[in-house]
Amino acid sequence: MTRISLTVDGARVADDVEPRMLLVQYLRERLGKTGTVIGCDTSNCGACTVHLDGESVKSCNVLAVQADGCEVTTIEGLAQDGELHPVQEAFRECHGLQCGFCTPGMVMQSVALLKENPQPSEEEIRLGLEGNLCRCTGYHNIVRAVQHAAGVSTGSTSEEQEQGVTA
Amino acid sequence: MIPAQFDYLAPTTVEEALAALAEHGDDAKILAGGQSLLPVLRMRLNAPEVVIDLGKIPELRGVRDDGDHLVIGAMTRHADVLRDPMVAEHAALLQRAVTHLADEQIRHRGTFGGALAHADPAGDVGAPALALGCEMVIAGRDGTRTVGADDFFVDLFETAVGEDEILTAVRVPKHTGWGAHYEKFVRVAHQWPIVAVAAAVRVEGGTIAEARVGLTNMGSTPLRARAVEDALRGQPATEDAVREAASRATEGTNPPSDLNGDSDYRSHLATVLTRRAVLAAAGG
Repeated sequence: MTRISLTVDGARVADDVEPRMLLVQYLRERLGKTGTVIGCDTSNCGACTVHLDGESVKSCNVLAVQADGCEVTTIEGLAQDGELHPVQEAFRECHGLQCGFCTPGMVMQSVALLKENPQPSEEEIRLGLEGNLCRCTGYHNIVRAVQHAAGVSTGSTSEEQEQGVTA
Repeated sequence: MIPAQFDYLAPTTVEEALAALAEHGDDAKILAGGQSLLPVLRMRLNAPEVVIDLGKIPELRGVRDDGDHLVIGAMTRHADVLRDPMVAEHAALLQRAVTHLADEQIRHRGTFGGALAHADPAGDVGAPALALGCEMVIAGRDGTRTVGADDFFVDLFETAVGEDEILTAVRVPKHTGWGAHYEKFVRVAHQWPIVAVAAAVRVEGGTIAEARVGLTNMGSTPLRARAVEDALRGQPATEDAVREAASRATEGTNPPSDLNGDSDYRSHLATVLTRRAVLAAAGG
């Protein structure tokens, strides 16, 4: 067993874990954060995407011990005070899902993508979501949702856009 | 799927990591970013008794200027190579190759040195490292040695790094002002390249003064297309001249046949992609 301590969705947690435990298992089985799902188990599909120190990673491809000392944000930590994150809002608005299984990962990767590039082109969105698979092939509305979120979260004037970058 | 049980060590210096390797030898496996190793462990294709994580050794991270070279720490993540302004200025070919490596999540975890040491012939960093003449800095218990990229890749998933050694850094000769392009052929998103070509070209007054060309997935290791490089030297940077030189891209290669394409198909791709990569690098 190895002792780890980290922050998950704003809460400090510490646990003894087996070194072979994957971060996604830790989140789901120890912390009960089942919003993060396991899709392919081969690091292809991106359904398990979370943020590790602010950057998107596939949590089935990270050991829990590697997250020691880090800050993890899952899909469950996005909404604040009962208010959906603008990207979650946009997925709802644009119906950016069909069965919904890939959605947690799609949303987390979209948030990461917009953080690095607040005004992405359609091609940049598609490339940015390259590591996330939707078996329903609902990609068009997912891309529209990201475009919608970019518009909403960055406003329409350049001044508001700048605020959006730092927000 | 979860990996088989292993003991986990997270040394904080290279010396500690080397001592752990010396102690556990064959039973140990080095963990860099884990983006290739963890799938292997989960599928139980490998089951080391000890995993030595280099993630807590700060000296292995980052890019620094060293005169006519850049030095990239082995644990520098692909995402950081991609964002580094010195890499963009002096080793644009690496940046181009990493841009579409796997996907963004994997670039946030995977490391430059880890990918080189893994030595997957379909990996995206080997051919550009070879083309740029990178030197690999390898630490062992008796000190540090440097191995040129030409001697680094030994065979399929095999490098010059010994069992008791660690790749710590990569010295990249500056190619300031060279045009660069990485042309990668895939059929589906975030696939390993079926074939890819890394090209760096120095053009003087419309003439190709020097060219470096590396091939991905055209043999059991990344390969340097020296016949193409020789044929390009002194030629005008025109489509016809580049096409002629690119026709020699398959010399000395031994492309695999697999579900993505047979050997002949890869040979054809290599000539087409070499032409495209060199022309794009030459700005044509």
